[in-house]
Amino acid sequence: MTNLSGWGRFPVAECRVIRARTQTDVARALSQGPLIARGNGRAYGDSALNPDLTLDMRGMDRMLSFDAETGVLVAEAGVLLADIIAAFLPRGWFPGVTPGTKFVSLGGAIAADVHGKNHHVDGAFGSFVDWIDLMGPDGRITRVSRDHQPELFGYTLGGMGLTGVILRAQIRLRAVQSGWIVQDSYATRTLEEAIDVFEDHLDWLYSVAWIDCAAQGAHLGRSIAMLGRHATPEDLPEARRSAPFQVKRKRSLTMPIDLPGFALNRYTVHAFNTLYYHLGAWKAGRTLVDWDSYFYPLDAIRDWNRIYGKRGFFQFQCVLPTDSARTGLHQLVQCIAASGQGSFLSVLKRFGAQDSRFSFPQAGYTLALDFPANDRSLALMKTLDRITLDHGGRFYLAKDSRMPSEVFAEADPRTEAFAAMRRETGLDAAFASLQSQRLGL
Amino acid sequence: MSGGPVLILGATSGMAREIARTFAAAGHPIQLAARNVGRLADDKADLETRHGIAVTLHEFDAFDLDAHKAFVDGLPALPAIAVCAVGAMGQHEENINDPKAGAQVMRANFEGPASILGHLANAMETRGSGTLVGISSVAGDRGRASNYVYGAAKAGFTAFLSGLRNRLAHKGVHVVTVKPGFVATAMTEGMDLPEKLTAQPVEVANAIRSAVQSQKNVIYVRPIWRLIMLVIRAIPEPIFKKTDI
Repeated sequence: MTNLSGWGRFPVAECRVIRARTQTDVARALSQGPLIARGNGRAYGDSALNPDLTLDMRGMDRMLSFDAETGVLVAEAGVLLADIIAAFLPRGWFPGVTPGTKFVSLGGAIAADVHGKNHHVDGAFGSFVDWIDLMGPDGRITRVSRDHQPELFGYTLGGMGLTGVILRAQIRLRAVQSGWIVQDSYATRTLEEAIDVFEDHLDWLYSVAWIDCAAQGAHLGRSIAMLGRHATPEDLPEARRSAPFQVKRKRSLTMPIDLPGFALNRYTVHAFNTLYYHLGAWKAGRTLVDWDSYFYPLDAIRDWNRIYGKRGFFQFQCVLPTDSARTGLHQLVQCIAASGQGSFLSVLKRFGAQDSRFSFPQAGYTLALDFPANDRSLALMKTLDRITLDHGGRFYLAKDSRMPSEVFAEADPRTEAFAAMRRETGLDAAFASLQSQRLGL
Repeated sequence: MSGGPVLILGATSGMAREIARTFAAAGHPIQLAARNVGRLADDKADLETRHGIAVTLHEFDAFDLDAHKAFVDGLPALPAIAVCAVGAMGQHEENINDPKAGAQVMRANFEGPASILGHLANAMETRGSGTLVGISSVAGDRGRASNYVYGAAKAGFTAFLSGLRNRLAHKGVHVVTVKPGFVATAMTEGMDLPEKLTAQPVEVANAIRSAVQSQKNVIYVRPIWRLIMLVIRAIPEPIFKKTDI
């Protein structure tokens, strides 16, 4: 038995863990009762925890083929995006979509249908997935795609591992000409201005804003909005053009201890946010940023999840549809700022259209925040749930560890269809997590 | 960086997979050898896909001593580095109660590896260069009630490697003895291993590569094991026999 938790370190559960190294191992595990497959444990909550049986897929981490003409890669589920970048960025290829950490597994990225800063242009991770080899309850493998069993394929994107064990998949990488990103950043005085930056620059591949969630009044929602695109050799200084994929390797810092609870309070959070905002404002303008710093700033601090101490933290991430996003976001940010709790860094992103069976994104704006795991945060998040529901929003399961099932059901009419599909196909008897049980999936 | 080919004997284990990756990442072509090489097709694809190096597969049975010379002669190129990761732990109860099972463990950990490395050593000696890496075990440092059959075989292998190193010291061939300590692999899955003493396969691989580069003789993957085994070896026999280590 192993004590496991997601990246938010809450909840912790004692789980029986089996490591799969071959698909025979997976089939054998499936015969031992309901399980959930787990990648690299980067989902924040209880998505990849099952006390009876958690199937560790990191032992299946082989890359099986790559087409250097088209950037099509076939790899096993346990491969990390970091592995993919290490292997292919030097050859001019980068993941089509990446979340804010490169330490997610391929299987996990598919199961959560992760999104990046380019959702408004490219959609979520699933847009770059051609097919998935899925092992069903009986140990049989089905290759699902948009043409073959499209329904099961659609449900597997964002299906949180509840449609089968993802063994391997074919994905398409993006051709890039360098390891650098051209970044334009803007310090905005309010939330509204940040949204205007997004709306005015929909042609940029990447966009994201860090919001100061502690600022109130006239500064409510002030942000550093950042736009980005892959640099071409012409964007690089002369000296870098001969080796456009070479970036300086940063020394990674490690968070050595769990910070004590008192380290995080309204004053330190306020101070941090203010500092971050002013630093951002000072550095606003055009810069050239290496891929690692641009996409994965937090990866540079190993074990950064210890900032919130032993008790861990909650993540809250919702998406509000375009029409109600401005008023809804305003209310959310106002509510958070007034509570004085919160979040070191809150992230706002623009989503483009996405029509999927179960996965999270939809056209509009998504707001992500973290809170220390305590009762006050829970109470605050109840209010945030309500505001989200009132504005037609929905919630991201890869971040969730505490949502009541009623809230999830109310947010998303697709929930019932997903649960019904699981019941009718017998998937519910084979695949379950603490999260699926909590949410009645 | 690149170099000559690296042969991995016993290539299907999790540890061997990481060793192959580490050398492949440094640009070495890889020769994977194991029984039933069909199981290595995905590993070959992985190494080629990730690192763009050439990988060849070679059928190899550590128990089939008669075939070992032909195996070495049949390799497309004599490797620059050969790593022997062949081994089996068996079940200790069975090893002590069934002499045949015990003998299998001794053959898998000592006889077979010694035989194949012997042939490779001769070929490397003739060439005048090469590195041989034997993966032995801390279990060979002192016999213990709980695993002395396995331990004895590893002790034999350790002694073999040290003798080989001594013999080849002036012939341009270097021999590295690796004592990994506990490693999180399929072999140890389900065992309750202390975290601070348990290495990940990738740690073993990195330790081996740096030992090969810096021509170390005997390495413990986690340095703490050198101290632990020093203490365990120092306990006088009259006391040791009463302990339950």
